[in-house]
This record gives sequence, C-alpha cells and structure tokens, in this order.
Amino acid sequence: MTRAVSLYELAHARSGDKGNRLNIAVVCREPRFFEPLRERLTETFVARVFRERRPTAVKRYELPKLHAFNFVLDDVLDGGVNGSLGLDGHGKTLSFLLLSAEIEMPAGLLSLAEEPAPELMSGGSR
Amino acid sequence: MVAQQVWIGAAAGFAGDRPDSSGPLIEALARHDGPRFLIFETLAERTLALAQLDRLADPARGEVPALKRLLWPALAPCAAAGIKIIGNFGGANPFGAAAKIQAWATELGCADLKIAIVSGDDMRDTFAPADFARMEIDGALLSSEPAIISANAYLGADAIAEALDRGADVVVTGRVADPALVLGPLKYSFGWADDDWDRLAAGILAGHLLECGSQVTGGYFADPGVKDVPGMDVLGYPIAEVDPDGVFTITKPAGTGGLVDRRTVTEQILYEIHDPAAYLTPDAILDLTQVELTEVGSDRIRVTGASGRARPETLKATVCFDGGLLAEAEISYAGPNAKSRAALAIETVTKRLAFLHPSLHVRADVIGIVSVFGDTSGSLLSAGIPGVRDGDLRVRFAAETADRAAAECLLDEVEALYCAGPAGGGGVRKRLTPRLRSASCLVDRKRVTPQISLLETA
Repeated sequence: MTRAVSLYELAHARSGDKGNRLNIAVVCREPRFFEPLRERLTETFVARVFRERRPTAVKRYELPKLHAFNFVLDDVLDGGVNGSLGLDGHGKTLSFLLLSAEIEMPAGLLSLAEEPAPELMSGGSR
Repeated sequence: MVAQQVWIGAAAGFAGDRPDSSGPLIEALARHDGPRFLIFETLAERTLALAQLDRLADPARGEVPALKRLLWPALAPCAAAGIKIIGNFGGANPFGAAAKIQAWATELGCADLKIAIVSGDDMRDTFAPADFARMEIDGALLSSEPAIISANAYLGADAIAEALDRGADVVVTGRVADPALVLGPLKYSFGWADDDWDRLAAGILAGHLLECGSQVTGGYFADPGVKDVPGMDVLGYPIAEVDPDGVFTITKPAGTGGLVDRRTVTEQILYEIHDPAAYLTPDAILDLTQVELTEVGSDRIRVTGASGRARPETLKATVCFDGGLLAEAEISYAGPNAKSRAALAIETVTKRLAFLHPSLHVRADVIGIVSVFGDTSGSLLSAGIPGVRDGDLRVRFAAETADRAAAECLLDEVEALYCAGPAGGGGVRKRLTPRLRSASCLVDRKRVTPQISLLETA
C-alpha cells in the first residue's frame, strides 16, 4: 500500500546556479527516507516536475552518508541570472517547486514518521 | 610544523551582505590563541563586470562598491586583535582598493597595516576575443565576438598564501576561486604541500562552507514550523576551527542568532555543486562523497572525510560582455475579478507590442499566481492563468533587447494601461537596466601568472 505525499514532507532542499544550470540538493528529513526516495526520486521523476522548462539533461548524484541527493538540471534557467527575463534568474525559488511534487511512498514508512500536519498531506490513502 | 588550530571567520558571502556581521566574529576570533583570519567573499559573476564598467568610467574606481561599507567597521578591530583579512573585494581594481584601504587605515589609526595585492586574474590584455571564443565551455555565446567587458581567470590559493608569507595583514584580490580565500591562509599557516591533495581538499571544503557566509549558519534555510532558525535579525556568521590535518569544526560566535547543525551544513555542502566526487578548483579536485558530519556540541559540526585529487591543468575564467537592455514594468490589479483584468492587461500589451515592435519577445508574469515558477516561454500562463478569480495581483512585463527604442516602448505601453487598460490598474513601476551576459572558459594555467605586490606604507 502506498500513499501520495509531497516531497516537502520527506525532505528539505536548497538550489544553486552556475550559468544556465541549476542544482538542487535534496536532504532527507529522516535517514530512513533515503532508500525509498532513491527508488522513487529518479532523474525521470525530476525531469517530469521541470518539464515546462525543458531540461536538456537531468543528472542525480547520491550521497548516502549525508542522506542526500544532488540533482543537476541543464538549461532550465532561461539563460541564467544574466540572461533570464524572469524575476528569479538564479532559480533560488525552484527548490520549492521540486519539494511541492507529489510522490508515492510506502504507507507503513510514513506512519512511522512524525505526524505530518493534515492540511499539508494530499492524496490520502490509496 | 605548527600544531595549533587555525580559526577563520567569514564576514560576507556576497557584496550585499550585512556590514555588522564582522563584529561578533572579530570578538570570537580574538579569543583564539593561534592564527586567525577574517574573509570577505564579495565577487559574484556580474559584480566583477559591473566593477570593470566603474573602472572604465573612472580609473580610481573598480573595487567592489561594498568595500567601505563592509570593511570600515572591521579594519581597526582586526588590526587590534591581530586578525588578518583576506577579501576579493578588489574587484576590477585591487590596486585602487588597496590604496583606499590604506587611507582608511590611516584615518582609523592603524596606518602600519601591511596591505598586499594579488593580481594577474585579468585576462583582457593577454587574449584576443577569438581566443575566448575558442576556450568557451557549455555554449557558444562568444562565437559572435561580442564587446568583452571583463575576462578574469579564477586564481588559486598560492598567491594568497605567499602574500601572507610576505607579512601581509590585509590581502586584496580580484577574481580568485572563492574557497581559495580560506585555503590560502590554511596553506600559509600549516605549510601544506602543493600536492598534499587530501589536506588541500579539506581546506577547499572548509572554504566552500564559509564562502557564502551565513548560508551555513541558518541563512537561506529558515522555513517556519519546519526548519526554525532563532534570531534571523542577528544571524551569527560562520567560523571554521581547522586542525593541522584538515579536519575542521564549523561554528558561530556565542550569543548570535542562527543555527549550525547537520541540516544547515548538509544543504551548504551541496550548494552550487555538480558532481560531488569532482568539485574542480584551481588548487585540487575535491571529492566530498565520503564526507561525514558529527554534532560535537551546540552549534558545532565537525567535518571529516574530504579527499582530493591532483589539480586540473586548466583554470576557469568568466568572460562578461554587453547584453543590451532589460526592460521591466509592473502594474497591479486587486479585488473582484482581478485575474481576468490581469489577463486582459497582458493581452492588450502583447497585441500592441506585436505591431509596434514585432521582433520583441515580451515575458509576462502574474505575481501572486505564477511568476518565479513559470518560465520565459510562458507555457504555464498561456495555458490560462491558474488560481482564484479575485486577489491582489501584480502583472509584470519583461523584455531584453539591444534596441533602446523598443525597450522604452514596452515601458510606455505598460504605463499607458493607467488610462487605456483594464479597470482599476494601479502602481506602475518601470525600470531599464543595462545587461551583462557571461560565458565560462577554460584556460591553460601556464598562460595565467598571479602576481603579489605589497603596498608601500605611507
């Protein structure tokens, strides 16, 4: 049995930029989220979240000792801070775009977690 | 071999950082009975190009404009406590910056400070525009040979270490790799060899964690109720306490706000990193995949496990060139049916620009519904503006062009919405900004020669 939760319930994140390339560090809130997220938070999953920005490449690096992942997305910043017409050419806000994505997680794993605020949960039991 | 710890504080992570961050750092560093340094990282990619434009307008300028604001409060207390200062606030004119610092030091009663300049990063005179185009990585922005404003190689830690070795109390640099601001004083203090890759890598990691100032001590982190940070208004800036073997502890001054824990440090370890097994710097390649963090006290994280490999034979360089004008204009719509009025404003301006300046691509955002999560292709907005019917919305238009008339036309057309647009449009703001574009190059390190100069004391 799985349940859909937002990634925000499972991890925190920070974005950084280099030119037109964005990186997002995703850090598990609990070490035991690392393995299930390794299976589910794939490059394909992240590319789908950012599909409007048409990344030319999405690469995931795993950091098991830090219970973290580093995602590198190429060509998603509309040219980067010196080229974008957007308000946030750095992409600093985009860590929260990834965190807002919904992800199916084993229900048992989540019930062991601290009770998340009900209004932040979405999807309910499946 | 010096066996003492070295303490390094970071008072600025960018040119716009808080000028009062250095006070508590200096107090904490002064209590350390060993080598102690304060660094200022102030040179984002475009900061240097802007400084270069300043220098072209006036040869005495070209330093980072925040230099006085950041350094003035720190200069005399650091001199009194024997804390050496290292900063890349020289920008496009490290010699000019050094002269200013010397004048301020005299004014502040510490005229005997020895000031050193690290230069040699400026590549404009040694390379032709076509050379830059050949060396560009990740793109072909330079292939059209645009008017180059600045071209600077990222220098390493050696020149900083040598400047300290020659007795400098203040080291003023232009473009250096940000972590070199920390690795320089560590190489100088511990005498690490040029091929002691693991220790150099540990020093680079310490520098990487410090270079953004408070981003490792609770800045760029707080999320109320989820990741709470106390005292955001009085954030403590970071200190690295480094052992001779490269193991270090990240902490912050007692009595300050902020937070140092596994989470703040983990987020910053990966900040602006691509492959965590190969972080390329001029001094070594850092592998941080085996890094471990241990909480060794309140607001104290011990960092171990960095390893290194031989430094690359090339240096990264940033080339900035003229990028035309950025035109931005905004107008607000609020209350009942605000969303439809905002949509009508976008439609009106877009249609007008289509016949007034057909080649101008105009981006539109509706702040409050979709802006920063949207992109310039406008695919989110063109699907129909999502969100509620009523609200307090701000429509933003933006375009980039080398044609000043077209840029001004967009601004005028948004202002014209006051009378000729949808009902209840208010609060127009317009802005025209010169743009700088940048490209990255890789340059043979043999063609870049760092220079160290000591300012003659008056």
